[in-house]
Amino acid sequence: MRYLVLLKSEQPPTPPPPELMEAIMKLGGEATAAGALLDTAGLAPSGAGATVELTGGRLSVTDGPFAEAKELISYALYEVRSKEEAVEWAARFMKLHRDLWEGWEGVSTVLKVMGPEDFGPPAG
Amino acid sequence: MTVTDPRRVTHRAIEAVWRIESARVIAGLARLVRDVGLAEELAQDALVIALEQWLESGVPDNPGAWLMATAKHRAIDLLRRQTRYADKLEEIGRDLDARQRAEPGPDTEIEDEIGDDLLRLVFTACHPVLPPESRVALTLRLLGGLTTEEIARAFLIAEPTVAQRIVRAKRTLAAKKVEFELPAPHELADRLASVLGVIYLIFNEGYAATGGDAWTRPELCQEALRLGRILAGLAPEEPEVHGLVGLMEIQASRLRARTGPEGDPVLLLDQDRRLWDRLLIRRGLEAVGRAEALGGRFGPYALQAAIAACHARASSSQDTDWERIAALYQVLAHVSPSPVVELNRAVAVGMASGPVAGLEIVDALASERTLAAYPQLPAVRGDLLARLGRLGEARREFERAAALTRNARERALFLRRAAGPSDGTATE
Repeated sequence: MRYLVLLKSEQPPTPPPPELMEAIMKLGGEATAAGALLDTAGLAPSGAGATVELTGGRLSVTDGPFAEAKELISYALYEVRSKEEAVEWAARFMKLHRDLWEGWEGVSTVLKVMGPEDFGPPAG
Repeated sequence: MTVTDPRRVTHRAIEAVWRIESARVIAGLARLVRDVGLAEELAQDALVIALEQWLESGVPDNPGAWLMATAKHRAIDLLRRQTRYADKLEEIGRDLDARQRAEPGPDTEIEDEIGDDLLRLVFTACHPVLPPESRVALTLRLLGGLTTEEIARAFLIAEPTVAQRIVRAKRTLAAKKVEFELPAPHELADRLASVLGVIYLIFNEGYAATGGDAWTRPELCQEALRLGRILAGLAPEEPEVHGLVGLMEIQASRLRARTGPEGDPVLLLDQDRRLWDRLLIRRGLEAVGRAEALGGRFGPYALQAAIAACHARASSSQDTDWERIAALYQVLAHVSPSPVVELNRAVAVGMASGPVAGLEIVDALASERTLAAYPQLPAVRGDLLARLGRLGEARREFERAAALTRNARERALFLRRAAGPSDGTATE
């Protein structure tokens, strides 16, 4: 089953330390070699993006940056056997931030992607 | 928010860690103790200790290293108590010393070493001295981190049967003195073929379940895909590995479209292609590209992947390059001749050049004894006959197919084709 992990945090005043980026690349390599990581990328600040909103039948397009304090920083798509496995990969990712970027805070959200197992017939 | 028992949460977290780390731990231990069975037992012991300790203290930061260190200590304790292993102990002692002196070495070197150990483990679990069903069980157990119970459930067989297969397999490896080594260059091709065969067997058991009530078991496909992806990282120079991964990625991309709302099978040409998984198709086509880029003669998996890629690229069955598929099947029949390949070629030729040409190939297979109990032979023949308007003969063929299949869902499909006005095509 697939899980999408979204990382959110406040926009930091400084770029992430190079050691952290190196460690993230290494972890990504491990997760790929383990056959678990399917896709991942960083997301540019919301100033580079836009929202398309539908309210009361009317579409409105607003350019970023968005008003939210926290921004989406990156996504990762895993294929694993259980939610706990996805949580474990996300925890390893967050531990790297803890160990290599002092004071940084953020949250990784682990979301299940609908897959064949959600559409299949009842077992039996 | 739901309140969950924290011990239960930790327990499941430990299972996840085990699943991620176990193959590497077992592989590393097997190189030390030179015995895959013993290595697995030691790793299991370490897991038991982890369960006791981590339930109290939480999962440590580097659980893989923790499991490995704990298991190594167990190994040394065990070997110390067995004096007849004195030589082995000395060897391990030397190895450990050398490693401690070498550490901290560059990460890449350690990673390469772990990679080699994992590759040794794959080749050992799929060793030709073992019967195929034991290779499957041992691979799922050692590389997939599955429990005996999980393997039994996935293959719809009794748990003691699986347990016995694994025990016997370990005993055979020891009795035949199978070295925990990479194959010599002259046996690499055969040994690799065995590994790929085991992974594809696991995939197919999930993709077209040969027994039971469910038509597909996606979790087995995902297990096989994961093993294939790991192997592609370990042996990136082998075109057939990328061929197999490409084949599985593309076939798996159709899983959702392959089962109807009632759990009934939907054959390739009847599938709603909008349900195909674009990410898996992209990954599959990339893998096929890697196999092609490595050059050399195409092997059976790369050829099948190229065929699957033809379907993946087409937006409809009319849009499909059937001539290329028929030509690829002809090459495949040459590289890896089998009646099943010939039957698939008949389907492709039937689409490229019309049902008469397809029927000619099928009829040449009628006396093929290995296909006597194969439900797809009458199913394909029935389809070609139906397209020629020979409906009475077509019905009898579909009834035969229904009588032959062991899968309940597939039987229902054949009976439906036998009863109804025929449309669609039986491929795959």
